[in-house]
Amino acid sequence: MSDVAADPAGTGVVPDAPLLEVDDLFVEFHTRDGVAKVLNGVSYHVDAGETLAVLGESGSGKSVTAQAIMGILDVPPAVVAGGAIRYRGENLLEASDQRRTEVRAEGIAMIFQDALSALNPVFTVGFQIEEQLRVRLGMTRKQARAQAVELLDLVRIPNAKRRIRQYPHEFSGGMRQRAMIAMSLALDPEVLIADEPTTALDVTVQAQIMDLLAEIQAERRMGLILITHDLGVVAEVADRIAVMYAGRIVEHADAVSLYRMPGHPYTAALMESLPRLDLKGAELNTIKGLPPSLLNIPPGCPFHPRCAMAVTRCTEEVPGDHRLGLGRTSKCHFAEELVTRV
Amino acid sequence: MSETLSEPAAGPVEPAREPILEVRDLVKHFPVRVGVLFKHTVGQVRAVDGVSFDLFRGETLGVVGESGCGKSTLAQVLMRLEPPTSGGARFEGRDIFRMRGAELRKLRRSIQIVLQDPYTSLNPRMTVGDIVGEPFDIHPEVAPKDSRAGKVRELLDVVGLNPEHLNRYPHQFSGGQRQRIGIARALALRPDVIICDEPVSALDVSIQAQVMNLLGELQSEFGLSYVFIAHDLSVVRHLSDRVAVMYLGKIVEVGTEEQIYSHPMHPYTQALLSAVPVADPTVRGQRQVIRLEGDVPSPVDPPSGCRFRTRCWKAQEICAEEEPELVARGGGHPSACHFAEERSVVP
Repeated sequence: MSDVAADPAGTGVVPDAPLLEVDDLFVEFHTRDGVAKVLNGVSYHVDAGETLAVLGESGSGKSVTAQAIMGILDVPPAVVAGGAIRYRGENLLEASDQRRTEVRAEGIAMIFQDALSALNPVFTVGFQIEEQLRVRLGMTRKQARAQAVELLDLVRIPNAKRRIRQYPHEFSGGMRQRAMIAMSLALDPEVLIADEPTTALDVTVQAQIMDLLAEIQAERRMGLILITHDLGVVAEVADRIAVMYAGRIVEHADAVSLYRMPGHPYTAALMESLPRLDLKGAELNTIKGLPPSLLNIPPGCPFHPRCAMAVTRCTEEVPGDHRLGLGRTSKCHFAEELVTRV
Repeated sequence: MSETLSEPAAGPVEPAREPILEVRDLVKHFPVRVGVLFKHTVGQVRAVDGVSFDLFRGETLGVVGESGCGKSTLAQVLMRLEPPTSGGARFEGRDIFRMRGAELRKLRRSIQIVLQDPYTSLNPRMTVGDIVGEPFDIHPEVAPKDSRAGKVRELLDVVGLNPEHLNRYPHQFSGGQRQRIGIARALALRPDVIICDEPVSALDVSIQAQVMNLLGELQSEFGLSYVFIAHDLSVVRHLSDRVAVMYLGKIVEVGTEEQIYSHPMHPYTQALLSAVPVADPTVRGQRQVIRLEGDVPSPVDPPSGCRFRTRCWKAQEICAEEEPELVARGGGHPSACHFAEERSVVP
């Protein structure tokens, strides 16, 4: 991926560059107990109109990557130790604070899992949407109000004119998530990062929100980065999938190939540990043990202590990206064997 | 964890089995009070509004429903943490809400609970040994003082934790391990019934599978009965023999796991099942998904007649006037819908 955006200076707009690209990103957290290596060379990209799902369990680094893109990492303890984040070829990590604010508002927006704590409880929903319209676009209060009502209509909040004067606690969980989507769309971003947008919601509401996101994305040709741990949600919306483990992308593939034939033992094991809706299984296959502590990532392949296929080589040699065709990669020494087995 | 898992407990059809827990018309309303000095009641939150079911020995009854449907309140009432507004429940034939003194203490040994959040349900200032051993302080007749340490080690071993970690504190464990501690605590008094209130919802997929397998193993090993409350339909199917679907304080459909998932009768069950995303990108867009509009109505002021009618695509006049009863409607298992009709929605 990294050779695509060949702009050595890392500044200025590159015509063929992906819309948003994370290139070999390293992030560390300096804690009292030592240095936690949270991201260890993460690369992915997203183009206009495309959905990239970032799949991983807690602590895999999927949210930290998003925070680094948005420039909302807590520094300290977090330190970006290497790599680049390019928006239309421009390295955001080298950009000025003012430029980052601009990009954050108009280029890349983000929605969060817990809408109740992401919204400010002491301001009305309307005020929070209008604020950015007034500050960034210089709208008057009246214009901003009209625009905000339109946005709430767009995310299908019924009775938007009345709802806009209410506070976040007066909204149900699904409505709050809609309000946050409306807020993120206010400045018409090119990339939307959705961090577990439906995890806190019930299934019927989850279906509504995912439909809404898909529709808005198609209409505006946004790039969507969907961060989730839910293999079901990913299968329904993703074009491409990046699977994260211990701060690395261990597998990257298009959705259909990944589900048909996982190219990494971790992905395969995740799928097998999922209970099914269509039949009652016997015992679930589990992944033994726990994800590694990021303070002390095992040598070699970080998954080897939990991997059923691990051999001595896995404990010594960090696997690089194995290319599996069709743009697929897998960080497993045995990736080729995995995808060619019958 | 042991390598073998015996056959899943047989369904309720097995003859000569008496229910261990019978719940009849259970109602729990919470008053809505306003005012600072002169409080007065302005309404009732109808959290649980007439729930009946039987739980058989060695069986798992899954309870599914969305947030606010009353499934956790049901757990609290059955644990006798909240008094019911009306209705009854019998444990081995005796009314649990009339029990006092020694009989109540005995009941508390027999019904235990595993809670959702392994981060807040364990006291951070107690060691794991103290947490798992605390039930023995309250019920000293179960284990004499000198045998307690051994018992606690045994329990930790049973749930797959290292018995040497007796003196550690909860923060030194991961989420999955903490949930194991909670399970060990629930097992300490050798209960007959364990109420599992969303026991795996807070866990990652790989850890969730470990805990689900553990619950299955413990059930066959100790002959436990579970009331398994969860919102994740796949998780409930995996562990349950029978399933009850709740909506706004009522059971709308109940049946065996096969009946509910493969032959759902109630529109709400059908909508719920069809909304679950399927982990297979090749069926994307081809699956029939029933999209429900809007949110669940407030339990303070539930709709008249059938409570689901405001979101139901089948609703007619009768639905607003007459509340459908939970009875068998030609499909072999009870469902509370005037227009109940089987529709297969799980691919």
